[in-house]
This record gives sequence, structure tokens and C-alpha cells, in this order.
Amino acid sequence: MALKMVKGSIDRMFDKNLQDLVRGIRNHKEDEAKYISQCIDEIKQELKQDNIAVKANAVCKLTYLQMLGYDISWAAFNIIEVMSASKFTFKRIGYLAASQCFHEGTDVIMLTTNQIRKDLSSPNQYDTGVALTGLSCFVTPDLARDLANDIMTLMSHTKPYIRKKAVLIMYKVFLKYPESLRPAFPRLKEKLEDPDPGVQSAAVNVICELARRNPKNYLSLAPLFFKLMTSSTNNWVLIKIIKLFGALTPLEPRLGKKLIEPLTNLIHRYVTTNTALFIQHCASIQLCVQKLRILIEDSDQNLKYLGLLAMSKILKTHPKSVQSHKDLILQCLDDKDESIRLRALDLLYGMVSKKNLMEIVKKLMIHVDKAEGTTYRDELLTKIIDICSQSNYQYITNFEWYISILVELTRLEGTRHGHLIAAQMLDVAIRVKAIRKFAVSQMAMLLDNAHLIASNTQRNGICEVLYAAAWICGEFSEHLEEANQTLEAMLRPKVTTLPGHIQAVYVQNMVKLYASILQQKEQSGEKEAAQEITQLMIERLPQFVQSADLEVQERASCILQLIKYIQKLQIKEVPVAEEVIALFAGELNPVAPKAQKKVPVPEGLDLDAWINEPPSDSESEDEKPKTIFHDEEQRHSRHKQPEIDEEELARRREARKQEQANNPFYIKSSPSPQKRYQDTPGVEHIPVVQIDLSVPLKVPGMPMSDQYVKLEEERRHKQKLEKDKKKKKQKKEKRGKHHRHNSLHTESEEDIAPAHHVDIITEEMPENALPSDEDDKDSNDPYKALDIDLDKPLADSEKLPVQRHRNAEDLKSPDSEAPLAEKKSKKPKKKEKKHKEKERDKGKKKEKEKKVVEEEEEKKKSSKHKKKKHKKEKEEKSKDKKKSKKKHHHSEEETTESVQNGTLDDEPLPVSSSALATLTYDIQGNLQNDSQVTVSVIFENKSTSFLKSMELNVLDSLNTKMIRPEGSSVHDGIPVPFQLPPGMTSFVLSSLICACSVGGGGTSSCCLGNDEGSTHEKLDFKLHFSCASYLITTPCYSDAFAKLLESGDLHMSSIKVDGISISFQHLLAKICFHHHFSVVERVDSCASMYSRSIQGHHVCLLVKKGENSVSVDGKCSDSTLLSNLLDEMKETLSKC
Amino acid sequence: SCGDKQEWKDKGHAASLCLVPVSLCPPTSLSWCRGSAWTQLQGLKSSSLLLFSGPEIHFILLFSRQGKLRLQKWYTTLPEKEKKKITREIVQIILARNQKTSSFVDWKDLKLVYKRYASLYFCCAIEDQDNELLTLEVVHRYVELLDRYFGNVCELDIIFNFEKAYFILDEFIMGGEVQETSKKSAVKAMEDSDMLQETVEEYMNKPAF
Repeated sequence: MALKMVKGSIDRMFDKNLQDLVRGIRNHKEDEAKYISQCIDEIKQELKQDNIAVKANAVCKLTYLQMLGYDISWAAFNIIEVMSASKFTFKRIGYLAASQCFHEGTDVIMLTTNQIRKDLSSPNQYDTGVALTGLSCFVTPDLARDLANDIMTLMSHTKPYIRKKAVLIMYKVFLKYPESLRPAFPRLKEKLEDPDPGVQSAAVNVICELARRNPKNYLSLAPLFFKLMTSSTNNWVLIKIIKLFGALTPLEPRLGKKLIEPLTNLIHRYVTTNTALFIQHCASIQLCVQKLRILIEDSDQNLKYLGLLAMSKILKTHPKSVQSHKDLILQCLDDKDESIRLRALDLLYGMVSKKNLMEIVKKLMIHVDKAEGTTYRDELLTKIIDICSQSNYQYITNFEWYISILVELTRLEGTRHGHLIAAQMLDVAIRVKAIRKFAVSQMAMLLDNAHLIASNTQRNGICEVLYAAAWICGEFSEHLEEANQTLEAMLRPKVTTLPGHIQAVYVQNMVKLYASILQQKEQSGEKEAAQEITQLMIERLPQFVQSADLEVQERASCILQLIKYIQKLQIKEVPVAEEVIALFAGELNPVAPKAQKKVPVPEGLDLDAWINEPPSDSESEDEKPKTIFHDEEQRHSRHKQPEIDEEELARRREARKQEQANNPFYIKSSPSPQKRYQDTPGVEHIPVVQIDLSVPLKVPGMPMSDQYVKLEEERRHKQKLEKDKKKKKQKKEKRGKHHRHNSLHTESEEDIAPAHHVDIITEEMPENALPSDEDDKDSNDPYKALDIDLDKPLADSEKLPVQRHRNAEDLKSPDSEAPLAEKKSKKPKKKEKKHKEKERDKGKKKEKEKKVVEEEEEKKKSSKHKKKKHKKEKEEKSKDKKKSKKKHHHSEEETTESVQNGTLDDEPLPVSSSALATLTYDIQGNLQNDSQVTVSVIFENKSTSFLKSMELNVLDSLNTKMIRPEGSSVHDGIPVPFQLPPGMTSFVLSSLICACSVGGGGTSSCCLGNDEGSTHEKLDFKLHFSCASYLITTPCYSDAFAKLLESGDLHMSSIKVDGISISFQHLLAKICFHHHFSVVERVDSCASMYSRSIQGHHVCLLVKKGENSVSVDGKCSDSTLLSNLLDEMKETLSKC
Repeated sequence: SCGDKQEWKDKGHAASLCLVPVSLCPPTSLSWCRGSAWTQLQGLKSSSLLLFSGPEIHFILLFSRQGKLRLQKWYTTLPEKEKKKITREIVQIILARNQKTSSFVDWKDLKLVYKRYASLYFCCAIEDQDNELLTLEVVHRYVELLDRYFGNVCELDIIFNFEKAYFILDEFIMGGEVQETSKKSAVKAMEDSDMLQETVEEYMNKPAF
């Protein structure tokens, strides 16, 4: 042994320590990798040694190497070894290494459970601390479940250092094991009022994080946080609280008003330092915006950034006040710092109006051209689309302009967002009927210039727009000018280089095009032309039939056969066009976003019922119900809704046509090349500029969209002129009234009427759509699991799992050989033996105070001074108690004490029972110590075997606390000092509870662990503290009683109960027994009674029995106590 | 490499106040139907999943001007590979930024808040709703703690005592949340646990024979 130690310390002298390693790495800059692999070999040797110091040193070095990017997962087991070292130095290193490299997938992590538990309960706070810190990094659902209880216990540790860490880590535990939230929440809430600021701030942190994910569950805490906000001086805490209120105010608007004052105070405190950015609920938003403007104009980039950020928050509530700073924000788009530009972009999104949209987008387009990095350019692109498409294109007044913007955006090479542009093109073309003609012409042009767009197809996202272009041209082919030309463009060999899904759309849509050309030719009697076009299709389609893409191939071959068949018919001179067209008949109608969800479930259909037997577990279960729903939906939706807007639309068109015809500024479509414009209904009013299709996309000089900006300006001008005219007329009629603003040259938002009707208001909804607004939460949201109602009382099933260990005492009993049912069988036995921890039983049950806020406040007012007093008392008393406790450690003595009180002979309250045992209890005030009550519990063994190692525990609440033997922690239960033989034997046990509130009944809970060889069980029961619990039967002489009544400082109250049949004697006995009174004097059917509360309040009663009723007049030095007492008494009497 | 010490004592920002912004609404998802057939041409856009889910601070990285990682602390569990990838990416992004730019960078779903002290960059990743200034304050507070513990800390202190740097961080931040707002308490906890360690180390350094 000695030799080994000698060897160990010599080894140590030759080992490299961390400093040597770091130095070594720095000195081997050229062959670092080689040097490190050499070091790792050394470390592996060191890890093989028995000396824990050597191992710890090795693990420390590994942790450093891990940071440099080397894999050290192979040493996980060694890390656990170092973690379980008894010396803090090593333990610390072990936990550090674990926290750096363990994760949920680390398989050895479950070996740590017991070690961590042991460290958590270590007497050394730094052991506990280091374990908590480590655990916070690698907690897994398993660890969270197994340790939740231990950590919760630590939340009430005596050392604030541990408390604060335990509170913080609870958040991690909640995330990994959401079931722990409800049982732990009451205690977490208590920590909000912890005397230590660190613990308090930790609790605020955790609750804020919880609340901002699911704010509605935390609304009830608002008053508490409000109090904290007004009282706290800790900035960190304040920020968290304000953040929390930010989440709560949308749910409870009244909060906003309440917050104004304290928030304004805070602003005054911080604005002077010029760093605070305070925003919402600010009394003067305008002032705020002005301040922010100063920040944004500052040369400090951080301030600029934060100014913009804060501005965007104001924007949501007060868009008007921000919009006036458009210049400044546009200026920020030129900033060198991308972060600032992005924030400015965010702001622009909310700042657009009908009036300035075109201008803003124009600026953005310039930036798109100038942008250097693709990421920023892509960001600009998405922002432009977001800005334009927001709230159903609310701000777009001219859709030609928008389409041309989209077309211009297709010039962006290498963007990832081709699909976005495509989606917009499709959407606008479908929903804005009036724009289709224009859209089709633009799309045809895109198709014609496809080679420009799809130059290198594979890596170019922009070719996605061809998907939209092909589809639009096909779908709305009736609007197409040069259908032949477009068809040819779609049949070009180059198309086969496009991605498969785009080719597929090409193939499908060229048939649509073909059909419409066919119809045209047939109608005009050009048979040869019709046959020509069929021939063209037959010639070109085979290139798609050969496609490697299945979809393209399938469609192409199908269509090829179809067209061959058409050709046959054409040769026979059969008119086919109508039938071909019929293939693609039907109008597209927009569907409201939530329509599908609102399809009502038909009567008699139970979606939850199985149609077939449920599939076995191996099959994915969620698919079947889905398909059922789908079918239903489709079947149901066959009843179509009529288009309501057609007539209305026609009327508007008519009106607009008239207007335009009379307008000299309006550019009418030139008659010559596009004669058919006039004939097509619905589109003639579109001011289409002729576009020569042979001209490439880039119009020299001016970008296309600019033309529309001009057109739009003219249109608006015209509109305004007309309005002015009308107004002038009105003015003439109403003489004398001169409205100045009429002459102002600015248009208000409402004045600008959109040029086209956007088909969005009439979005289709299924018939009988269910009115539902519930916001659909993402089912994958990790925080959804924490959306738990915290006000519901805890159910038994919700208790945290308690890890049980064999008790050392168990070994003595005969039945103890039977194995304990272990929660986790995974754990290796080796570890288990190490920890013969005391079995701990934790009653998690705590009745939640369901008091409404107002009520709470009222009560506080009334009992404020009292509570303070009691607190002091409690402290003193518990000290006393501790001293006395030292003397008699066992509770047998207390047992006798409670027997002396002699109240258990009648009918104690049965509280909890199970197959094993029944518990009954009674509560008595303690004569010796007036802030304590004694709880007597009777255990009745109902089973056939011994009940061993029972434990009694009471979860401490704010008002009550179990008095425990010196040295045990606040959550340890008190072992029951006897075993219960089988049969009906019953024993009495009592323990003391220190109570600090008198008056209203309080409830607490208590739990018992029964351990019987192979089975163990927990019996929960609630201790109901009635007023009587706090009353001590005290004899009183009649003259003293009379003096007391005369003194006059007693409050008075009375009750009357009818329908009492029992004898007066019996009645008095009941009052004496249940409410701990003693009879002072009795005259006939009238008696005076007296009792004293443990706080020393006198209670005097005058009981009178009438014919069939009893009246009780009470006098007491505490009015609340009296009224509560009388209420209870009424209940007892009414049961008689 | 200790560099200009005065830069370490950067002017601190008083903790500031910002409220949670509601993230900008995405454009409405659209769909169409032809005739009476209720087929959705375009599925509802699934709301983008958060890349990360977790606490206030997702991770903290310390790296040198040369891009060498000096300290990393992750408060969200990610596979090792992913961590490496992210680290590399972030170091690149930040080193590429101009000295005079702001301390905030958007990165994926997160925001990076960084600050340079002498030769070292301190970088935190926070969520969109979190307060940038507060995070800067966190960074600064950590630097102050290091400074107080090491006494005029420099990069070398952190390199050679990297485990201490971690311990200090652990006293200050836990699970991504600030756990100790008082400088005094954090330093005291450090010193106390060091005391515990020193005695053990002394014991270990004694010859065993």
C-alpha cells in the first residue's frame, strides 16, 4: 500500500499538468496535431492509474483538448470516476468536464444519477453547487425525472447559494420533465419572496421564462410581480419583470394602465443615464420617438441599432408617430453595418402605406442592385415581397407595377428565393382577376427569355419563376396574345435542362395552351393551322417522354398519346377543340387560409372512433385519422359557394370604364396591334403598355416598374382632380364653409383607390364553417409541454417520483429480504450499494391558495400587523423548540403528550386509507408552547403483515412547519418509531407543527411512507386546520369570565341554528369536544363557555337552547377568529 | 499579448430596459381551389421551428483575434459536430465585421451579441426577444469578474487557467440565466471554493511518503 502511494506521488511528479500541456501546445505550433495525439496517449495511460489525482489531472487536460475540438467522449466513464471523487478539487474538475462534453446521447450519463443525488445532499454547499451547475448543462429527461424531487428539496435549502442554483436549474428540469412543473410551482412561487436577493432574482428569472412562453397561466402572479417591481432595486430583476409584464399585458389590458406609473418612475431613473430604452406604455410616445431619433442619429453603432430596434417596437402600437421618421430609416439602409440595415428593413415593413409603398420599394430595388453579399440581397428580396404582400396586398394600388417589380426581381442571379417570387406571381395572377392579361403577357415574355433566367439551372433558385410563368401562361391562355410563340418557347429543347418539377408543369401547361390555340383556330376555321400545331406537339413532345424525371415522363407520354388521338380525329375533320378544352375547365377560386380547418364535422361522424381495429404500436398511428378527416373534408366541400362578387365587379368595371373614357390623362391602349383588348371583358381598363416581346428583359434607360410608378401617379392625380371637382361642387352648395385641408396637396390613405379589385375579400369558406379563432400553436413547440394550468389543485398522480432506497434499518426486520421495487432498473447495483440514503418521502401536495387577488389583499390589510408579530414569534419559538428537541429525540414522548390531551377517544377524523393502512388524525393546541399545535395520527394496519419503516412528513407551507429533529433537512420526514404488527392493532403517534397563523382555517398536507417488504406505498392526507385546532381547552372561573365580558374590548357575533333535536347536555359535549371549549357555567338550557387560542385570544360563548333551535353568542378579542369559529360551529351544530 | 489593459475596463452600460417584441407576422399563407374541388394547391406554411429552444443565453464563446477558441459554454444541448460547425461559422462572421460596426448580428434564428476586449472576443447568442443591451452587460460583468479574480486579467490568464474561467462563469451564469447579480457574491463563492481546493491541493502536494 505504502509502495503504491509512493509510486503514485512519483508518477505525479512526472505528469504534465494543464499548464505544461498548454505551454507544450503553444511551443508546437507546427506539429500541433501530432503533439496533441501524443498527449492524448499519455492521458490514456494516466487514466489507467488508480490515483484519483492523476486521473483528475488527465481529465482536466482532456477538457482543454475538447475545447480545441478534440473528441473526448471516449473518456466519459473516467469523467464519471472523477466526478465521484470525494475531494472537492477533483469533483469540480469532473463536473466541469461532464458539463462540457456530456449530452443527452451520452450513454453513461445514467450512471451518474446516484452520484449526483449524493452530491446534491452533501453537507458541503460547494459540492452541491458544483453538482447543480454541472447538471444544468447535461440534464436529460431521465435525470430530470429522477432528480426533480431532490432539486425541489434544495429550493428550500438553508444556504441561499444552493437555493438560487436549485431554483434556476428547476427551469431546465421543467423543460425536460414537464410533469414536475405543477408539484414544484408552489415552492417556486414562494421563492419570489425569498429574503436573499439572489434567490429572488433566480425565481423571477425562472418564472419569467416560463411565463413568456405561456403567459396566460401566470396572470394570477401579476399582483405579486407588481409588488416586486415597485419594491425591487435590482436592475436585472426589474428587466425580467418588465419583460414578463410585456408578455402579460396583451392578455390583461388593465395591467397596462396600472404599469404606467411605476414604469414612468423607472424611466426617470434611467433616462438620465441615456442608456435606457423604454417604450411601451410610455405616457408620451412622441417624446420617446424623438429620443430614439437622437439615438439613431448617434455615431455609436450600438445605440443606432438599439434605437432602431426600439422604434420597431413602438411601430407596432403607434405606427403614425414612427412613420414621420421615414427619411432617417431609409438613410439607415445605406449604413455599412448589415445588422443596422436589417433592423431598418424590419421597420420599413411596418411603415408602408398606400401612398409611400412604391417609393419605398423603389429605394429597396436600388439597394438590391447595389447589395454585395447574397444574404443581404436575399433578405432585401424577401422584405420587398413581405412588404408588398402584407395583409392581402393591402397597400398595393397598382398591380401592373407589382408584377413588373416581381419580373425585375427575376434578374437576381443566385438568389435562393426564386420560389418566393414564383409564389407571388401565382398568387397575384390568380387572385387579381383584372391583372391576368397583363400577368400572362409578362409571363410569356419570361418564358421566351427563359435562357436568360435559367443559365445555370442546377444551382440557380431563380429558375423557379419559370414554374409560375409556365403555369400562368397555361392556365390563363385565353389572355395570351401570341399563344403560338409561347407554345414554341415552351417546347424548346433547352427546357429539358430545367429541374423535373418545372418541366412537369411545362408539359401540363403546354397542353392547356395547345387546347386554347386549337379552339381559336377551329373557331376561325383555320383547319390547317390547327393541324400544324398538333403536328408541332407530336414532334416536340418525345423529348419529354425521354425525361429521367418520372413525373415529366409520365405526363408527356400520356399527353403524347392524347394528341396523337386528336390528330386522328382532326384528319377525319371532327371538331375536337371543345372537348380538349373541357379537360381544363373550371375557375380557380381563392380559399381562406383557415378554410380547411373550419370544415365542420358532419353529424354522426365521430373522428375519434376507430374504423378499423387500432393498428399495432409499430405502425404510425397518426396517419389514419388524418386521412379520414381529409376524405370527409373533400366530400363535404362539394357543395360549392356561388361567386357573389360577379355582379358587383361588373358594375364597378362599368363605372371605371366610364371614368377612364372621360379622362384625358389616362393612357388608353392603342387600338392597332391589340385590338382584341376591347373585346375581352374585364381587362380593358388596364393601362397596358405595349411590350415588344422580342426586346430582352432589361428595358434600357428606365426599369419597367418605374413606368408604372409614373402611370400610377397620373392615375392618382386624376382621381384627385375628380374628387376635388366633386368637392368644389359641394362647396358651392355649402357656401361660407371653407375647409382649408381641401387645398392641401397631400392625399390621405383612403383617397387612393386601388386600380384593381383584389379577389381576396370573397375568399371561399366551406359551408357551415365553424367559427373558430383559436390560434394554432405549433405542436412542435418545446414550450408547449409547459402550458400547464398551475391553479388547479394537484392530483395524486402528479406527484414527483420518489427514488427509494433500502433503509439501513430494513435489514433488521425479517421480511426485508424481499427486493424493493426499484423505479429504475437500469442502474447498476454496484452504485446502489454505495448510497444507503435515508428514505425520503416527499409530500408534494400543497393546497394552492386559490384566493382571488382582491380577497388576498383584503385579508392582508386586516391581518397585517398580526402577521408581523407572528413571524417574530415563530422565529423565537422554533429556536426554543430546537433546543427542547435535542433532549427527546424520539417522538414517543410526544405520543404520550397527545394522549394526555385526551381528545382522541371519540371519533377522530379519518383521512386517508388504503389496502394497507388507515390514517386518522386530530389537531390540538400545545399548552406548553403557544405557537404550536400537536397533530396526533393514528395508524391502523389493515394488512396481514408488518408495516415497517413508516415515515411521516408534512410539506412545509408558509404558515405551518413541521418540527423536525435537529440536523435533518426541511424536507426529511420523521420516521415512525415503531412497526405495526398485522391485524387491527393501532398506534398513536404525534408530531408537532408550528403554526403561525390563527383564525382562518388553513390546510396543509402530509404524507406517509409505508414500507412493507416488497411493497411500499404513500398515503396522502390533508391536515385541515380548523379554528378549533388553535384553541386550547382552558378552564375558567365564572368571576374571571364575568370580568372578561365586562372589559368591553371583545368583538361580538352570534349565530342561530334551527332543527336541533339532541339534548342540551349532548350539545355542550359536542362543542367541548369539537371546538375545544370548557363549560364555565350552566343554568337550565343556557350555558357560558370559554376557550383560549394558542395566541392568547379569549373566546367566550353563550349558548342558549330554544324549542328546536340553538343560538350561540360569541365574544372574542379577535374578530376574524370569532367569525371563523362561529362558522365552523354552525356546521357542527347543523349536523346534530 | 496582455495588450492594452485599459480596454478591459470598458465603460460599462447600466442595465437597460427593453420589452419583448412580438415577432413580425409572416405573410399570410394562401391557397386556391378550382371549381368545387377543395384541394389545397399550396399547403399551409408550417411555422418555422426554432432552431434552438432554450434559455436566455444559448451559448457563450470566447475567441481570440486569430479565431482561436478560448472558452465555450453551451446552454443548449447540441451534437459535438454541430457545435464545431456553429463555432467556426460564428467566429468567421464576427471576425469579418468591421471594428466600428454595432455589437449585434442576426444569425439564423438567434442574435449574436459580442464585444471585443483587448485581443479577445466575447460572444453570446440570444433569442430574438431578448435584450441586447442586457446581454452586453452580462458580457461586461463576466469580464469584470474575471478581472477581479485574476487581477488585471489578460488572454493568457484565461488560456492557462481555463478551468477557473469556467468556474467563474458557472458562478455567474447557470443554465443560460444570470444566477448571481452581485459581483461580490460571485467572487466570494469562487474564493471560498478555491479555499477548499487549495487545502486539498496542499495536501496533495505533500510528499506521500
